Amino acid sequence: MAEEQSKEIVREVDSRRLAISASVRVIPHFPKPGIMFNDITTMLLCPGAFQAAIDLFVERYHCMHVSAIAGIEARGFMFAPSVALQIGAKFIPLWKPNRFPGEVISERYELEYGTDCLEMCVGAVQPGERVVIMDDLVATGGTLSAAILLVERAGADVIECACVIGLPKFKVSTVQGKPVFILIDPVS
Amino acid sequence: MLLFKSLNCSSSHLQSPVPSSRFFPSVIVRTPRTLSIRRIRTNGSISMACTDDSRLKRIAASIRVIPDFPKPGVMFQDITTLLLDPQAFKDTIDLFVERYKGKGITVVAGIEARGFIFGPPIALAIGAKFVPMRKPKKLPGEVISEEYSLEYGTDKIEIHVDAVQSGDRALVIDDLVATGGTLSAAIRLLERVGAEVVESACVIELPELKGREKLGDSPLFVLIQAEGV
Repeated sequence: MAEEQSKEIVREVDSRRLAISASVRVIPHFPKPGIMFNDITTMLLCPGAFQAAIDLFVERYHCMHVSAIAGIEARGFMFAPSVALQIGAKFIPLWKPNRFPGEVISERYELEYGTDCLEMCVGAVQPGERVVIMDDLVATGGTLSAAILLVERAGADVIECACVIGLPKFKVSTVQGKPVFILIDPVS
Repeated sequence: MLLFKSLNCSSSHLQSPVPSSRFFPSVIVRTPRTLSIRRIRTNGSISMACTDDSRLKRIAASIRVIPDFPKPGVMFQDITTLLLDPQAFKDTIDLFVERYKGKGITVVAGIEARGFIFGPPIALAIGAKFVPMRKPKKLPGEVISEEYSLEYGTDKIEIHVDAVQSGDRALVIDDLVATGGTLSAAIRLLERVGAEVVESACVIELPELKGREKLGDSPLFVLIQAEGV
């Protein structure tokens, strides 16, 4: 009986992941030639698939004593607040530069061409708080790396990163030593 | 300095396209030195949150004011401190969901980027699609754009062409309405693709910047009014 229930849970989780995967649209050659961009905006148009994604994150984190969910601007903002609300955690926006007028700490990171920067307002996290960082997708891990370093410089403990879409390599490898929880492989 | 308006407000226009006039029985005005109650009568389609003082008080108290941003004399209303208070954030979403659940809203359109924080939880709770309204060149697919004026120059707001259908009943969400430039562009864009914009909703309004006038007859609902200049 326990085995049957366990199989039923696995089938249900798989069917939700299939629904999420089916709702993602592929846009060829965006932002540049050769890139098959995974567009999550079509998932947001399917309340069932969108809710399934949020549910899968909530089921993972609601018992892990997470103090805060940090979302990366801008697509991370579409997922992280709903998860934070449902597990009773703070939501911390991680901004692109110059969006936020208060005192911030910043972390620069490398892009393929040039650099970018993430900012977090001072006082958003306290030392020792347990934080999950969320974004829609992880590719190289550069943005997630910067986010981890930023949050940990403030003294918090990043327990995991969470993304809707990510390359299979992140199932076994880490970013800055932190595991990455991913719902689906990239759609091609 | 924050203004509360605690009052009974009709939501009948959410079912019909014509907003009715509003009578606000009382206003609580908070200033550094005085706490007074005034009576105001007004016509127009603005409405404040219905009487729920404890939730509104917590929400208002959680918003941080940063002076002289983005320019001298402007009091920036910072909602990131609201987001750090899980109860205040939940109360904010709950107040919007209570207003819009069961009103046949099919689309919640959130304006980049802070509208992306409030819009999706509301959309999920009321069973609507969420549509991000973005700055130029951020959306990967085919887009439709609406230009609007800034103090110096212009900007654009965009949505995917297939995101909103003719006949969709839309709610536009942003954290704050000031001059109303971005919000009115968002409304025009949605109406161009055939949606009915049932209402716009913001956490904060800066009434001195007259965003309400910019929106004309298009209904606007806010939780908090603040002195922004």
